[in-house]
Amino acid sequence: MANIPYRPDEQVPPAEVPDVHPPHPHTWIGRWVFSQDAKYIAIQYSATAIAIGLVALVLSWLVRLQLGFPDVFSFSAEAYYQFITMHGMIMVIYLLTAIFLGGFGNYLIPLMVGARDMVFPFVNMLSYWVYLLAVLVLVASFFVPGGPTGAGWTLYPPQAILSGTPGGQDAGIILMLLSLILFIIGFTMGGLNYVVTVLQARTRGMTLMRMPLTVWGIFTATVMALLAFPALFVACVMMLFDRLLGTSFFMPTLVEMGEQLSYGGGSPIVFQHLFWFFGHPEVYIVALPAFGIVSDLISVHARKNVFGYRMMVWAIVIIGALSFIVWAHHMYVSGMHPYFGFFFATTTLIIAVPTAIKVYNWLLTLWRGDIHLTLPMLFALSFVVTFVNGGLTGLFLGNVVVDVPLSDTMFVVAHFHMVMGVAPLMVIFGAIYHWHPLMTGRMLNEAMGQIHFWVTFIGTYAIFFPMHYVGLVGVPRRYPEIGDPAFITTPVDGLNAFISIAAFIVGAAQILFLFNIAWSARNGRDAGGNPWRAASLEWQTPQTPPRHGNWADDLPVVYRWAYDYSVPGAPEDFIAQDDPWVQQTAPT
Amino acid sequence: MAESTLQTDRPEGLDGFVRDWSSDQRTFKRVSWGKAMMWIFLLSDTFVFSIFLIGYMSARMSTKSDWPNTSEVFSLHVGGADLPLLLIAIMTFVLISSSGTMAMAVRCGYARARKATAGLMYLTALLGATFVGMQVFEWTKLIQEGVRPWGNPFGAEQFGASFFMITGFHGTHVSIGVLFLIIIATKIWRGEFDRPGRTWLKSDAGDYEAVEIMGLYWHFVDLVWVFIFAFFYLW
Repeated sequence: MANIPYRPDEQVPPAEVPDVHPPHPHTWIGRWVFSQDAKYIAIQYSATAIAIGLVALVLSWLVRLQLGFPDVFSFSAEAYYQFITMHGMIMVIYLLTAIFLGGFGNYLIPLMVGARDMVFPFVNMLSYWVYLLAVLVLVASFFVPGGPTGAGWTLYPPQAILSGTPGGQDAGIILMLLSLILFIIGFTMGGLNYVVTVLQARTRGMTLMRMPLTVWGIFTATVMALLAFPALFVACVMMLFDRLLGTSFFMPTLVEMGEQLSYGGGSPIVFQHLFWFFGHPEVYIVALPAFGIVSDLISVHARKNVFGYRMMVWAIVIIGALSFIVWAHHMYVSGMHPYFGFFFATTTLIIAVPTAIKVYNWLLTLWRGDIHLTLPMLFALSFVVTFVNGGLTGLFLGNVVVDVPLSDTMFVVAHFHMVMGVAPLMVIFGAIYHWHPLMTGRMLNEAMGQIHFWVTFIGTYAIFFPMHYVGLVGVPRRYPEIGDPAFITTPVDGLNAFISIAAFIVGAAQILFLFNIAWSARNGRDAGGNPWRAASLEWQTPQTPPRHGNWADDLPVVYRWAYDYSVPGAPEDFIAQDDPWVQQTAPT
Repeated sequence: MAESTLQTDRPEGLDGFVRDWSSDQRTFKRVSWGKAMMWIFLLSDTFVFSIFLIGYMSARMSTKSDWPNTSEVFSLHVGGADLPLLLIAIMTFVLISSSGTMAMAVRCGYARARKATAGLMYLTALLGATFVGMQVFEWTKLIQEGVRPWGNPFGAEQFGASFFMITGFHGTHVSIGVLFLIIIATKIWRGEFDRPGRTWLKSDAGDYEAVEIMGLYWHFVDLVWVFIFAFFYLW
């Protein structure tokens, strides 16, 4: 931390722009339904995301019922494909992306940079309502004839819009594509707000290099999303035209049920490129906010400044930039030229460097820290472990020759669930335990939280560690039932049943977690203003939870970075960012 | 955003760049919230159009049938001769002229010339509407000649698909631009921009920055058309 010196002699620059107070609502609907307060929009976003996430959780149970006990619960293959497709799409887009950016982004960005609200509250409100519309269109696809699409969450053409795929010739795929287009439009409205708020609406003294890493992670992820979602948007529009107008962007000449279709001349590979040009940055759109949040959780609960803050910032930015040139590592088996594979394998492995910097810095932040094993800290630690475990299998899959035999096996499923399913979810849980006191003024129940943590942490390992092995012995993914094929020499039926039972228990623990949120909102212990004694700005508001407008008559003035913990000579073991405290005598 | 104070001793060049990025409050010192938002939106929209064009180019290069000869398909039969690209040339001229009138409107806006600003914006909207009108004519002509999204008599079926998709998406952008030009021009014409208080699309009395932000969008749509013209009609 020697490179972030105190500058007590440095004056905070004068205000450049007048303090803009957000307009206060006068009606009940304006306050509680169409609220323009970023904090309220954040809670709307999070509640919607969690609600649709519960649907995805139930779908994963149905998937595990089929895989674990194929003799007892035999769904049709079509139903199974619909389960896995909707589970994947909901979890990646409608839960993880929405809750990190729309939820935590909306809540934390204005508070952490010392703004009264997002720069354009009305557009911010529209963002939520378009997102809700996208979710409703998605949910509607469960109730149309033929059901939701079963094309796999990657929606690869040509199968996605053919009659053999559930929803392909019915409304399922149409609603899926429309919902994604709506989601992107809604996200863009919110995303522009987040970026401009970070760049142009910080308070006096808040330089970019004094922002908490949470803001850096969300900010970088938002910029990436604004550049990556266009690829998905275009791919969705083109596929919608293929399906509705009979164009052939992605459709080659093909024969279905002995009949030649009217399509011809299109390239399904172009869709794969467009999808993964979005899809790989999407991994980091989910991961970077998690990186940022976990850095803050570790620092606060280990009472120690983040090790290598500048390197942490640059690692976030570099990971964000690199993630745009690695997408084709999802397509090694698409028949691409080996030199392309070589290029994409190289860039993929280079990403491991800044990622490793982050992991080392988390460990060095913990090293000799005053570690409080609070619930947020437990979840943060479990994130680091899970992320490293998931990342290690990424090294296998990033190499072409190793990926080819492992591709399309359960090994891949285990890998991405570890690294971008469980790991970011751990951060979301940790962040909710950490910031719930700020949002409601009450602590979450500790006992229920401990049960939730240990069941989730051990349970997810019970699910996904054996799944790597299931994949290594050759069990392919996307098969509802594989029977007893000759290429699988080791039977995995017992393991599959074990994984399924673990999945049910982990799922049940999440219900306990939701109960805890509901119960503690009324009955939780009073949190006071700053229960974790955190230094960052969001805990320094005059009221907890913060009112509309966040701050009192004057905006806070920032004198230091967000990580002044355990500073020798300071009156407390943290110094708030808006505390002008100066070391009077040099520490001996 | 209203007028703001700024330190006057800001260094120029790279030093100023470093100073701005390491400063507090605002990274882009002379840029209001609205203008910053429009720039970032345009960056995102650039990706949308780029990917549309890249998708079209890859389809054109990989399709199995021959691509239609664009100078024949897009020719107009005038006075007994086929003039290639005549309509497109006029359309491009109209749209680029509208960028000129838009730039003049921005200048008049900063001079607080209420009627001149509104008048030039109406003229820009008229030129934009003319462009869309000619596009409608072009679509009608091609549809009458049998061009459809799923096929056409001239060659590869991706031709019609890409044409309708890309020019349609661009035409939608122009139409939205025309709509907002008319809204803002009308507000200015009525004197709303000279009255105090923040309302929709306007920040404060005498602040005509909305005109410039509108102009950013309009010039962007114009620039995109140049690329569509080059890659779709001239290639």
